[in-house]
Amino acid sequence: MTWTAPFRYWLLAVLVLVVAYPLIPGSNPILGQQLVPLVCYAILALGLNVVVGYTGLLHLGIAAFFGIGAYVTGILTVPMFPFQQSFLVAVIASTVIASAVGVVTTAPTLRLRGDYLALVTLGFGLITTFAIRNLDNITDGTKGLNPVSPNLLPWVDDPDLTKFDRPTGWAATWRGYPYFYYICVGLLVLVMWLLRNLERSRLGRNWVALREDELAATCMGLNPARLKLSAIAAGAALAGLAGALYAVSQRTTAGPQAYDFNRSMITLCCVILGGLGSRPGVLVGVFLLLGYDTILTPYLDNQIQLLQINPNGKSYLKVSGWRLFVFGLALIVMMRFRPAGLLPAWRVRHELQPANANESAKPVEPTTGA
Amino acid sequence: MGELFAAIDAPASVWQFIIIGLVTGALYALIALGYTMVYGIIELINFAHGDLFMLGSFLALQVAVTLGAATADDGAIGMVAIALMLVTAPLFCAGLNVAVDRIVYRPLRNAPKLAPLVSAIGVSFIFMNIGLFWRGATDVNFPNLIPPTNLLEGTGLRFTAKDAMVIGVTVPTMVALTVFVRYTSLGKAMRATAQNPTAAQLMGIGVDRVIALTFALGGALAGIASVVYGLYNNTVSYQMGFQNGLYAFTAAVLGGIGNIPGAVLGGLVIGLVKALGDAYVGAQWSEALVFAILIVILIFRPTGILGARTREKV
Repeated sequence: MTWTAPFRYWLLAVLVLVVAYPLIPGSNPILGQQLVPLVCYAILALGLNVVVGYTGLLHLGIAAFFGIGAYVTGILTVPMFPFQQSFLVAVIASTVIASAVGVVTTAPTLRLRGDYLALVTLGFGLITTFAIRNLDNITDGTKGLNPVSPNLLPWVDDPDLTKFDRPTGWAATWRGYPYFYYICVGLLVLVMWLLRNLERSRLGRNWVALREDELAATCMGLNPARLKLSAIAAGAALAGLAGALYAVSQRTTAGPQAYDFNRSMITLCCVILGGLGSRPGVLVGVFLLLGYDTILTPYLDNQIQLLQINPNGKSYLKVSGWRLFVFGLALIVMMRFRPAGLLPAWRVRHELQPANANESAKPVEPTTGA
Repeated sequence: MGELFAAIDAPASVWQFIIIGLVTGALYALIALGYTMVYGIIELINFAHGDLFMLGSFLALQVAVTLGAATADDGAIGMVAIALMLVTAPLFCAGLNVAVDRIVYRPLRNAPKLAPLVSAIGVSFIFMNIGLFWRGATDVNFPNLIPPTNLLEGTGLRFTAKDAMVIGVTVPTMVALTVFVRYTSLGKAMRATAQNPTAAQLMGIGVDRVIALTFALGGALAGIASVVYGLYNNTVSYQMGFQNGLYAFTAAVLGGIGNIPGAVLGGLVIGLVKALGDAYVGAQWSEALVFAILIVILIFRPTGILGARTREKV
């Protein structure tokens, strides 16, 4: 994405709106509550984007790292275990452990290519879900660990911070959450900034080289195994961070089904819809697809119920009944007409342009050497 | 699986679990054949295959319900229903698969590999939604039309007419498919297209037609598998496509994707691992065991058990 001036202003406007939202008197706390998981999913999708978008490794099990992050946070904070750690410790531990698991599980499979690697990541994701479901005495099986409510930061005594919340009207229904909302948004901005720097760093450019042509990149002296591992480590770390935030925002790790293959698939859809390799694109993809799924559909269904359009509860008269159909159609139409995504990455867009479009910018008049 | 174990009268021996494993494995293999055909020719992981299979079983169920086979005591109606299912479901799935290829995949023939894969995920979502509207979110009963006669009466083992049906459909199908691909001119055209579509085109092969034919065959296989699955398990649901599609895909990759005997071998391995895992490790872990074994095999043999090493395309 070229950071043209109008786009930069748009982004700034969105950021201001997001920051100011809880401060607007009478702003809807329910919507705020729904925004926090979206921020978590955005971080997860940005992590997947490092693996699939930058490095070109098709990973079908990213939700496993999301789950590992959530469950590490759960284990470190719920009363069932003796650890009782603070938010900061939980988040750092989740990020590091998810990343380490990513490296350890991927290292033996680096020899695999393309579809086979995709299948192995899928298998790993499934095994993780089974493990979460079956290790009853660690994960509490299908119920999930709760309540996850750590002290948000070690130096904050009162996690509810009611004195800051009161003027906004959020405090009564949603104790302490604007505070957490800001932590999540702040972390998202931090992740975006880190990824921006990473993308422009030597490592980021090496990843892209690997994606474009592994053979050529290897011939130029890059070490593909190490590059792939570093991408997996970074992606898994972000997914772990997202999982930790998700568990805290939900006050429970949620059951294993929150981290199953569907989650991986939907996250992949978000990344592809927004634009592989494009950070703003990934955010747009997440907020469009998951915003539709988690905010718009329940709202519309509620309206349908209020207006009594669907008295018999027929599933095809509910917006949520068409959920999979809409996702599927969106993917097919995107692939057909805009395969690089809604906001394609700068590099991808240039690749898709015809060759002479680039050359026409250069002076083509031959200089006559007199 | 649970009620099967309960039905065993003699003390369960390892042979019994092997029989169960081989039969369920043959069922996975049947689904995997369609997967591997399509992969073999256009290298597309057809995520929609499992959901196509699910829609096929819903159609077969519709046939049974329309004929009244579910409630009739008359065995003849049941036989007619089975015969009709075995005609309609494959035709339906083949037609649907060809239509999807024409509308969704064909325009993406020259696109990067990710594009058709993502589209296949999209098609899978749409099929699942259709299944959801068709039969709802809960499990649906599939009429039990085959009598549970034990063919190994007196040996202490159980091998019913249903089990025989699964083997009796899978083995001839695999043989017929192998013969078709190896010895007919259309099969030759398919292999040529799989090797190099451009060269095949230059040799006068209608590549798009051959690919459509592959999708038709793959769809028909999904249709046959869906009928066999419904008659064998007596329960279908809109989510079964995902689960079984995953097993079939794993079977195809395990055996070496694009390889017909490999798909069957992979299916049998998965069936055996799952049955023996159910018996000796615990049913809740056996699925994880299947994927663990898949990963281990791929680490040591990255192209599957029977897979040939593919040339690196530069």
